[in-house]
Amino acid sequence: MTVATAGYNFAYLDEQTKRMIRRAILKAVAVPGYQVPFAGREMPLPYGWGTGGIQVTASIIGSEDRLKVIDQGADDTTNAVSIRRFFAKTAGVATTTRTSEATIIQTRHRIPETPLAAGQIMVFQVPIPEPLRWLEPRETETRRMHAQADYGSMYVKLYEDIARMGRIAAAYDYPVMVAGRYLMRPSPIPRFDNPKLDRSPALLLFGAGREKRIYALPPHTPVKSLDFEDHPFAIERWTERCQRCGSGESFLDEIVVDDRGTRRFVCSDTDHCDARLANGSAP
Amino acid sequence: MSEVPLLVVDHLAKRYRERPAVRGVGFTLWPGEVLALVGESGSGKTTLLNMIAGRVAPNAGSVRFRVESGDIVDLVALSEAERRMLVRREIGFVHQNPRDGLRLSVSAGANIGEPLMAAGARHYGSIRHTAALWLERVEMDPRRLDDLPTSFSGGMQQRLQIARALVTEPRLVLMDEPTGGLDVSVQAKLLDLLRRLVGDLGISVVLVTHDLGVARLLAHRLLVMQQGEVVESGVTDQVLDDPQHPYTQLLVSSVLAA
Repeated sequence: MTVATAGYNFAYLDEQTKRMIRRAILKAVAVPGYQVPFAGREMPLPYGWGTGGIQVTASIIGSEDRLKVIDQGADDTTNAVSIRRFFAKTAGVATTTRTSEATIIQTRHRIPETPLAAGQIMVFQVPIPEPLRWLEPRETETRRMHAQADYGSMYVKLYEDIARMGRIAAAYDYPVMVAGRYLMRPSPIPRFDNPKLDRSPALLLFGAGREKRIYALPPHTPVKSLDFEDHPFAIERWTERCQRCGSGESFLDEIVVDDRGTRRFVCSDTDHCDARLANGSAP
Repeated sequence: MSEVPLLVVDHLAKRYRERPAVRGVGFTLWPGEVLALVGESGSGKTTLLNMIAGRVAPNAGSVRFRVESGDIVDLVALSEAERRMLVRREIGFVHQNPRDGLRLSVSAGANIGEPLMAAGARHYGSIRHTAALWLERVEMDPRRLDDLPTSFSGGMQQRLQIARALVTEPRLVLMDEPTGGLDVSVQAKLLDLLRRLVGDLGISVVLVTHDLGVARLLAHRLLVMQQGEVVESGVTDQVLDDPQHPYTQLLVSSVLAA
């Protein structure tokens, strides 16, 4: 355990603010999928870089926690490194890149390939929490639609996708129904990760900093991706395998490696890929 | 026509601040009947229609509607959620401007399909099939199913809106100047279409119009409104051929002869 930087309260936010955010989280857990407004604070990083997620993490983290931060699946990208260092400095907590060792995982874009366990908490950074925003710009109206579970028009978007492209084209932020009641945006995770939301043993918390909303999926909440009977929900598949560890099961990033269009497919989850390599897997 | 009315409006009133817009209007609508509300701009026609549709909350009065099960419910007394559910299922609305009733950023098929999906349809193939069928019923080319409404003419947009309003086969359709803003020949074709659809489906219609020609062609009965009150009512031809109230006489005499 490292020592927290002097002059800051534990985990940067003051205790009253953390209490206020925890109250919002409790309400969000009590009503799965419902967006709870909270008094978001200015954070020392720009909106869009994870201000919502960082406030949620700051409010729930304790000195015994071990934090993992991922950005696009990777532990070593700028955003992930900065947020991890932020909490190491302001809270003095231990950090890790191993999914199985973390007690709190803050994420943007991915849910780790390693299955989450009971007792773990995932914190999602959410850019736009409102799933109905594309069809209704007025907040008063979308709140009314949520209150009355008036979600039929959400299918218009899916219909339009199939009519134009022959399939539901949403590749990320694919809308889900939570416990048969609230329509929810799962943040920009790929469609590939949607099944991992369903009945997850971990607590999943979603924080949107700019929009000042928190929502949650308590452990074992049923989550269903929207679809049509004759166009069922399906996740992406690759014909390639990871060129580092040879995995044919994980979500792959396509990387252009030179200026002649040569491509390389590798696991987006770096921890998962490294763990497989360490266990002797090869392409 | 059956013995039980579909809609009974009683002493319905609406004030906007101190200014009364509708002062205690009542009427009865029978199944299969087309009722026109006529009167000049500002006479309260549209406010009355919006109150029946649950879009505007009245200050007094009741709107009793006989739902499919045969029960009679007062739309004014329902909770907002119940009213929305019921209105969506059993009442269609056609706006004067098709842009108010359509989603312009999605295809014609999605526009017709939306009320079906809102009512719980979850089979893409059958939604699409129904949408194509309705495009034909409103005399449009079903090959335009995937075109955006913005690529349609005004008359076609209005046909599309009518298909969207009728696709769930509501028992009551409310129309606010459905042929306003269209040129005369397009208007004539649309009136023909409306008359045929209303006749075929046996739906009841409350129609708001300031055009007495439209009222004569479509409506069985007429309510003449002036300053928020009904000043005369009766069978369309009778009211138009032998108006009793001075205001109705003025309305009828001010129609320009072609």
